[in-house]
Amino acid sequence: MRYLLEVERVRKAFPGVLALNDVSLRVSAGTVHALMGENGAGKSTLMNIVAGLLKPDAGDVRLGGRVAMIHQELHLMPSMTVAENVFLGREPLTRFRLVDDRALERQTAAILATLNVDIDPGARVGDLSLAQRQMVEIARAVSREADVLIMDEPTSALSEREVAKLFGIVSDLRARGKAVIYITHKIDEVFLIADEVTVMRDGCVVGSLPASDLDRDRLITMMVGRELTQLFPKNNLPTDRIAISVSGLSLDGVFSDVSFDVRRGEILGVAGLVGSRRTEVAETLFGLRHPSSGEITIDGEPVRIDSPVAAIECGIAFLTEDRMSSGLFPPLNVHENMEVPVLGEFVSGGFVKQTRLLEACRTAAAAVQLKRPDQLFEPVQHLSGGNQQKVLVGRWLMTAPRILILDEPTRGVDVGAKAEIHRLIATLAADGAAVIMISSEMPEILGMSDRVMVMRQGRVAGIVERSEANQVELMRLAAN
Amino acid sequence: MLIGIAVGFELIGWSTRGASFLFNGQRLLVMVLQVSIVGLLAIGVTQVILTGGIDLSSGSVVALSAMIAASLAQTPNARAVFPALTDLPVVVPVAAGLATGALAGLVNGSLIAYTHIPPFIATLGMMVSARGLARYYTQGQPISMLTADYTALGAGAAPVVIFLAVAVGFHILLRHTRYGKYTYAIGANPLAARVSGVRVERHLIVVYTIAGLLAGLGGVVTSARAASGQAGMGMSYELDAIAAAVIGGTSLSGGIGRITGTVIGTIILGIMTSGFTFVGLDAYIQDIVKGGVIVSAVVADRYRHRLPAAKA
Repeated sequence: MRYLLEVERVRKAFPGVLALNDVSLRVSAGTVHALMGENGAGKSTLMNIVAGLLKPDAGDVRLGGRVAMIHQELHLMPSMTVAENVFLGREPLTRFRLVDDRALERQTAAILATLNVDIDPGARVGDLSLAQRQMVEIARAVSREADVLIMDEPTSALSEREVAKLFGIVSDLRARGKAVIYITHKIDEVFLIADEVTVMRDGCVVGSLPASDLDRDRLITMMVGRELTQLFPKNNLPTDRIAISVSGLSLDGVFSDVSFDVRRGEILGVAGLVGSRRTEVAETLFGLRHPSSGEITIDGEPVRIDSPVAAIECGIAFLTEDRMSSGLFPPLNVHENMEVPVLGEFVSGGFVKQTRLLEACRTAAAAVQLKRPDQLFEPVQHLSGGNQQKVLVGRWLMTAPRILILDEPTRGVDVGAKAEIHRLIATLAADGAAVIMISSEMPEILGMSDRVMVMRQGRVAGIVERSEANQVELMRLAAN
Repeated sequence: MLIGIAVGFELIGWSTRGASFLFNGQRLLVMVLQVSIVGLLAIGVTQVILTGGIDLSSGSVVALSAMIAASLAQTPNARAVFPALTDLPVVVPVAAGLATGALAGLVNGSLIAYTHIPPFIATLGMMVSARGLARYYTQGQPISMLTADYTALGAGAAPVVIFLAVAVGFHILLRHTRYGKYTYAIGANPLAARVSGVRVERHLIVVYTIAGLLAGLGGVVTSARAASGQAGMGMSYELDAIAAAVIGGTSLSGGIGRITGTVIGTIILGIMTSGFTFVGLDAYIQDIVKGGVIVSAVVADRYRHRLPAAKA
């Protein structure tokens, strides 16, 4: 059995996090190899290294042939035809160095035929369905004579029939001696299609086994089983008063029938895997998206939240998932980053009272443990990821929120700042705020939450009490 | 900014070779007057650039508002555009000129905020249309014979006073009001601004309207000073205004810049032009050097604001 891919002791670190720690992996020709693990386990990082998009800090990657990666967000040009996409950058040329359109279509049709896919090579990719576009990507990989194909969560947006079609193609590729690496969190699919399974967790390989040696429970245990060594400060006691109640919230095509409530003083953890649409629900609660149906009630009063302005007026604060794209103001300094939502409270006679405002910023900065007094005037770009996140927490602190929504509050944050942020969240809850915390880190969810709502593909899979919540149970709900 | 001043001093040193450059009152006055109108536009466009946008229409709006204001400021013995509307109180043409500019800015802002057309394209369209409208207004004929009250607005040092007053006003506005802080926030990160509760669309419309209003003011002062309204006024002023803002340290990517910087940039632009004329530099070479200075200022700005090797 020939190995088409050998990964040996690969290590990769990003600022603040060790993404891959001494990872080794072998994939044979003519196999489908599933790569599994929670969000953040290191699967995508590893595959980006194998595909040549990232360089490892240490270790070796040996390929027995060409490799092609089909990303979750397909990299196709919607305005161009199927044939043009398949041969993009490698178009067959005529004698006069012009693109040979006829050869282009002919060769594309040939490849599509071998894959048993019925798509017109002249069709515009933008007009195709998602499933068809995936086929085009696969055709592209095949046309590049890739021996190793990496597919990243290929079925997250496909119907059952389309999934079956995809499996047919994958089996066919296997029969032809290719190696297919299949990144997924869908346990059922793994048992349908994979020959071997590698499970990763926290940047390490937990195990590489033939699929026949595994069963569902063992797989889940491998994915999440770990010692919870980190203690989380919990000093809050959920009251009986319901701060926010969501009923039947739906956004067509994104999520449906989401219902839950959060009490004052309670921390509701929101768990789920890629594609569960947790962020979209949070954005809807904050007025960044408009729901198609459903109701939101705050402190007993039904509300319509049609913009962040309205949300802030209702006492909601939102710490977004990606601080760089939607949280920080990079060229501005720390206090300028903190003060924007609350400027209205410091205006008198049309002018902003700078001294009072700075005083308030100073208090908030101290509350989030931004210790140095001169930090208020430092450009926020100069701060570490953890401190940047604290600046944003400080910003929302200043709005004295009744409901605090946090989306991955400790992503990309070093261990020290992580603990501080957790302490802050617990304090906020102890002071009476209702906290909704979206997180992909199991220990964080289990350590901080009073209850956990698990979402799966845009629906609520279940709401679990703290006493019943454990990693296996949550993963079971999250991974269909 | 420092670079800009250095350039300024270089020119001054350069020119004291011949006759005195700076200490010629007449020349200084002419230079500052020239620069005041562009300065008004520059203050408006600075705010637009701060939000991450651009305004190419200021020069054309100057022409349009000059025409409209002048047509309402004519004396009875002129071949008036509106024979029934001569000898009007000066408030009327001034208000009309300002309103024209504001309306143009409102159109710009609304297009940009709601249809998400790139500001470059929206204001380019306005630039062409406004100029065309200015020409169409009197079929290309200049408007002359304006009332003394009106031309007083452009007489003597009036333009400079107006420019400085506007500069001080907007400096305070940008530094000490919510309007100012929201402007910087939107330029720094429009999405984060929206998440922080800023009404981004509404604010953008206000900023572009103000820029238009200032261009309208520029039109009024221009026609007052020239005692006439001509459709060719303000040609290329928008580019000088942008240059002044950029030389003054305003970053084209948004979120960085100040009125004080723009004022200095305006003065430097004036010194350059005046200095070139004094030294006898060919007009075309002036443009080449001006272009070089602008590009150097932007390169230096990029260099200074390069992301430091920040952690995560």
